[in-house]
Amino acid sequence: MKIIVCVKQVPDTTEVRINQETGTLIREGVPSIMNPDDKAAIELALRMKDLKPEICVHVLTMGPAQAERVLIEALCMGADEATLLSDRKFAGADTWATSIALAGAIQKIGADIVLCGRQAIDGDTAQVGPQIAEHLNLAQATYVSDAVLGRGGVFATRKFEDGDYKLELPLPCLLTTLAEEIDVRYMHTHHIVRTMKERKIQLMTADDLKVDQRELGLKGSPTRVKKSVTKSAKSAGICYVDNPEVGVERIADYVKGLNIL
Amino acid sequence: MDFQLSEQNKMMKMLFQAFAEEQVKPMAAEVDEEEKFPIENVKKMAENGMLGIPFPEQYGGAGGDILDYVLCVEELSKVCATTGVVVSAHTSLCAAPIFEFGTEEQKEKYLPALLSGEKLGAFALTEPAAGTDAGSQQTKAEKVEGGYCLNGSKIFITNAQYADLYVIMAMTDKAKGTRGISAFVLERDTPGFRIGKKEKKMGIRGSATCELIFEDVFLPEANRLGKEGKGFSIAMKTLDGGRIGIAAQALGIAEGALEETVRYTKQRKQFGRSISKFQNTQFVLADMATKIEAARLLVYRAATLKGEGKAYSVEAAQAKLFASEVAMDVTTKAVQLHGGYGYTREYPVERMMRDAKITEIYEGTSEVQRMVVATNLLR
Repeated sequence: MKIIVCVKQVPDTTEVRINQETGTLIREGVPSIMNPDDKAAIELALRMKDLKPEICVHVLTMGPAQAERVLIEALCMGADEATLLSDRKFAGADTWATSIALAGAIQKIGADIVLCGRQAIDGDTAQVGPQIAEHLNLAQATYVSDAVLGRGGVFATRKFEDGDYKLELPLPCLLTTLAEEIDVRYMHTHHIVRTMKERKIQLMTADDLKVDQRELGLKGSPTRVKKSVTKSAKSAGICYVDNPEVGVERIADYVKGLNIL
Repeated sequence: MDFQLSEQNKMMKMLFQAFAEEQVKPMAAEVDEEEKFPIENVKKMAENGMLGIPFPEQYGGAGGDILDYVLCVEELSKVCATTGVVVSAHTSLCAAPIFEFGTEEQKEKYLPALLSGEKLGAFALTEPAAGTDAGSQQTKAEKVEGGYCLNGSKIFITNAQYADLYVIMAMTDKAKGTRGISAFVLERDTPGFRIGKKEKKMGIRGSATCELIFEDVFLPEANRLGKEGKGFSIAMKTLDGGRIGIAAQALGIAEGALEETVRYTKQRKQFGRSISKFQNTQFVLADMATKIEAARLLVYRAATLKGEGKAYSVEAAQAKLFASEVAMDVTTKAVQLHGGYGYTREYPVERMMRDAKITEIYEGTSEVQRMVVATNLLR
């Protein structure tokens, strides 16, 4: 059985700076890390492998050469194989073009389960995982906090605001995972030494994929960024706890006081 | 000359940094305050392969290099010097002599459990009357049928209470002086062996430092490490390696204190501005950072020489001498820059200052390191 985990290298900051003219992220000078939700996806895959050592965990990332770093980290955590999907033709891709490329790579490698992080901290779209599932016609569960292998399928727990949903998915399927719900293991010294000796990272380019190249990169991206704005901070506001009649009066008085009525 | 860490070293450092920050740092004050041995974190380090880093995979080690191991002790000691010395004593003083001087049978018997962290190791040389003068051993191992009968005691033994295996030095022939000392491996549950008084210490208070007592302990011949009479030489070579571990610990303590001080001086406001804006603060910080970098180069050089199988005894002594004195100096300055708060337990620098002092004393005092360096110069 093969599990493919899609990971992304992201800037390590909660305050992502944006180039106001181009609307793109400024990555220079910001250290890069593995996206936290993606690390949780690796953890779930490795937990399945802990129980069934014959499972092969294959990590996949799309990005420039330096994105190899997150693949190395995943191998050092215990993943078996890794693929770097890298080509100038992928540059400038939005979620649609990214998911087309990743789906093409997944199809080529072959997977029984695909695991993705819910969303990346640099874009926060949560679209790539579900889009891959649609391209490959896979059953999917998003916002997964736990998953175990069952007979011929996967039992997944989806974490929603109103409670947990337990689902059984047939294989092949795709899950997107939540970092805040999954304790991730550290790298292991033995895996680090092995990874550095073997360097099992395969390079894949656009020409290796059976996809329409017009759908890749900036050209294949339907998203157009018109303008990027930084949300200004809002104050906490005032909270009145009272019965409705008194409450209405207090709010009316307050609004009157602002001279807007 | 290459001053770069290898890719492997960098990944190891990333692991140790994350582990130290997330697992070790939150416990450090409690470990110190309550003199609590960090057993839970020792187990977690074992799970992550941190207790057998520089040993071959064939015995269950990670197959890493000495610099990987140094980075581990350094990163741990940045946040908790107690945790740093647990790893250093286990690795350098117990697993290393078994690996370097043990027979194939001894390596196969003891190393897998030690390197996986299933068992913790300790080393026992010091006695009440044999500190720097380590040759004056009183503990005796008398030859009896099939082995030796061990009687005596050891003091100041790191990891003592929690260790499962001990490398012990004892006199097998008093008439021969240091050439009458032999090394042995002792297992925890051996009849006649018990742990004595636990020391109350100034620093590294979580490290279980105790007395070991031997009363008619029978050690089979198979437990002797190296040839009879070679114990002193084994002990000295073991301490050469151990000094790299303690130098790494000292380096880590100094770095931790500098990080805390940089953070504090940026936050602390006096006379209407951060104290980091004052030139006095800046100059002190600059000196601290420069000394740390010099110490780092000495420590990494000694580690690299050992890793390459070259002579490293003098370099290890220089690294330990310099790094430990830098640790003491930097932590003292860190407390000074923290002012009154630095003297309280609200901030970690007073602990770091107390922890730093031992690095000038154990595994050879600074005076012993100077003797090693000078002897080499004047030979």
